[in-house]
Amino acid sequence: MDLRFRPEYEAFREEVRTFLAQHWTAEDRASAPPVNPRGMSLGTSVRTDERATRFRLAAIERGYLYRHVPRRYGGSEQPFDPLKLAIIQEEFRKAEAPGELIGQGPSMLVPTLLEHGTEEQKQRFIRDTLLGKIQWCQGYSEPGAGSDLASLRTRAELDGDFFVVTGHKIWTSNADTADWMFALVRTDPDKPKHEGISYLLIDMKSPGITVRPLRQMTGEADFNEVFFDNVRVPVSNLVGQRGQGWIVSRSTLKHERNLIGSSLLSERVLEGVRFLAQALELRGRPAIQDPVLRARLVELETKVLANRYHGYRLLTMQARGEEAGLAGMVTKLYGSTLGYDVARLAMDLLSDRGLLAPGESEAPAMGMFITAYMWSIGILIAGGTANIQRNVIAERGLGLPRDPAVQRSQTSQR
Amino acid sequence: MDFGLSSDQVLFQSTLRRFLAEQCPTTRVRAIMETETAHDPALWQGLAELGVPALIVPSEYGGAGMELLDLALAAEELGYACTPGPFLGHALATICILEGGSPAQRERWLPAMATGAVVATVAWGEAGSQWDPQSWSTSYDGSSLSGQKLFVPFANVADLIVVGARRPDGSPGLFVVERSAAGLAIQRLAVVDMTRKVQHVRFDNTPAIPLDGSAALQRAMDAGCILIAADAFGGSRRCLEMAVSYAKTREQFGQVIGAFQAVKHQLANMACELEPAMSFWWYAAHAYDHIPDQAERHAAMAKAYLTDIYDRVTRDATELHGGIGFTWEFDLHLWFRRAIFDRGFLGDAHYHRERAAKLAGW
Repeated sequence: MDLRFRPEYEAFREEVRTFLAQHWTAEDRASAPPVNPRGMSLGTSVRTDERATRFRLAAIERGYLYRHVPRRYGGSEQPFDPLKLAIIQEEFRKAEAPGELIGQGPSMLVPTLLEHGTEEQKQRFIRDTLLGKIQWCQGYSEPGAGSDLASLRTRAELDGDFFVVTGHKIWTSNADTADWMFALVRTDPDKPKHEGISYLLIDMKSPGITVRPLRQMTGEADFNEVFFDNVRVPVSNLVGQRGQGWIVSRSTLKHERNLIGSSLLSERVLEGVRFLAQALELRGRPAIQDPVLRARLVELETKVLANRYHGYRLLTMQARGEEAGLAGMVTKLYGSTLGYDVARLAMDLLSDRGLLAPGESEAPAMGMFITAYMWSIGILIAGGTANIQRNVIAERGLGLPRDPAVQRSQTSQR
Repeated sequence: MDFGLSSDQVLFQSTLRRFLAEQCPTTRVRAIMETETAHDPALWQGLAELGVPALIVPSEYGGAGMELLDLALAAEELGYACTPGPFLGHALATICILEGGSPAQRERWLPAMATGAVVATVAWGEAGSQWDPQSWSTSYDGSSLSGQKLFVPFANVADLIVVGARRPDGSPGLFVVERSAAGLAIQRLAVVDMTRKVQHVRFDNTPAIPLDGSAALQRAMDAGCILIAADAFGGSRRCLEMAVSYAKTREQFGQVIGAFQAVKHQLANMACELEPAMSFWWYAAHAYDHIPDQAERHAAMAKAYLTDIYDRVTRDATELHGGIGFTWEFDLHLWFRRAIFDRGFLGDAHYHRERAAKLAGW
């Protein structure tokens, strides 16, 4: 184990700082467009205005962003170095500079295309996705296919050079604003359920698509139902082989779970909670002096750090070419459970002040914590519910047998 | 950056695991723990031949000159196998002398401690759950110690005891007492963890040799927290493995119980807690040697975090086994008891979290 910042890394940090000082000025920082409340609730930086894009291009040119993506697709193609990555993230965050975009497109579709896409698909989509010029949504879940995703029924029938898509997707985050969707559709209804699925890229402006917002418990409407009525999708938008969509989607899902399980969101929320605990009074004394709260703060900080170090361990395994196995399977469950615990601590700290809804001017931190709290429950569900994650860990990680009921249903489908 | 074990570390760990599987199966653990001392010189000698007590002793004193992470990897394996014996106290006493001994003191004790020929331990705890050196009442008057220390591991087999006590100026320090010293009284105790017996030790004008304890004391305590965290991890992993293997073989309602989601989910939760926890104690052990400003706080957090997990995993694993898990004949209670030692020794989780909060300046 070697976590030292050797001199070459200190030099690299200086180089990044100099770059930031030159390319991301106080004026750039101050010019932020109005904050997107969705971005806030997910803890992500979603700034994609012209200044931000110009800066990102310069940062890619210098090798700081999207280091794992080849230059010809818009990345900066750098050797894998988690320590440099950590330095870049740290310095960019300090300077409030636009870092890598995260979300369905950059975090999930891009790695999937890199792994399974055609040359044409890579050229066409990756660069614009990384710069936020193309927004994506994910068309997986259906009303009858949530945890049992492989029983999805949206059909895509081949008609010359087109697939004709008919069906119904649900829980589709940002479908109302997305330009494109990556979707799982059934292309071979007669095959066993995991084998008849294909992975398609669908232009959301195609005729025959209707998007209906679904209001969620936070009061916002981030997700939607999407209806397809004979939507024509060129065959060239098929990712991977026809009928191999399940395999392609597992690559996306892995990235989704890593994204959801990543330590960044909980780290930020916990930082906020700690700040609040020092600033707020609880029953007549600074909240931070409350012994129960102190103990819980340390306990959660420990877990947040464990999540971070676990990320280091996974990166190292990746760099060494080792299979992450069980260590990789637990990230989503651990990270999302932790996100909930941290947000819940925030609610306890706010005490009755937590009654105030986001947007109420009396609400501490503009009600951000109540939003984070509600979202933390959504995150437990997104990307496969917590119980599905437990099945994955138990069956694939610990080698326990599959549920007999599930086995029966799969045999009967075949 | 590289956040993983080296091939040497992996090899050492698997060698030790194989040795313990052969030389210290639970039948042997039981036989040893039923003896008066719970110390088997042959087993101790075997560990010494593998280099366990020599790991962190510098090479000029006959040791391997490794880091705390290497020692903690050994602690993990001893925890995994539920190995009885004086490893923990011996390792902490070694660190006290290493960090606080003069060159002559090091030369005098370390070579024999590295070979395991001399067994040592530490006497730190006092009545009222007082592990904080500032609260100690045992005192050193310039030549001898007076007072009493509680929960001294393997005091009855140790040749040396490194005692924490107040110096004449009131500050806490470390003092070495040899077995033959006058005014030393050891009181045996019935204890829950029979693999690591502890005794009360009374000092009545007992001659003692002072170490330069100012920094050594904190270093040794941090090391203790990390070694316990590693022991707790090893034990937790073993209990999870036992529970998984039981769930794969035990049949009820016409199928193995591991096919039921309730059982699967309980096991998955255990695995989910353990994976990041391992990364945490690795980091804490690494920080001890390489990131001084984070060492103490990470050690405190590791102790609280891992012993909490150990407590829950042994509890869940026992419950999952049903009635058999609650019997004396079945092995689970060996680890269950060990988890109780790990929680209480060096101070409980709440104490260490409060310390971590203070260290953060809250």
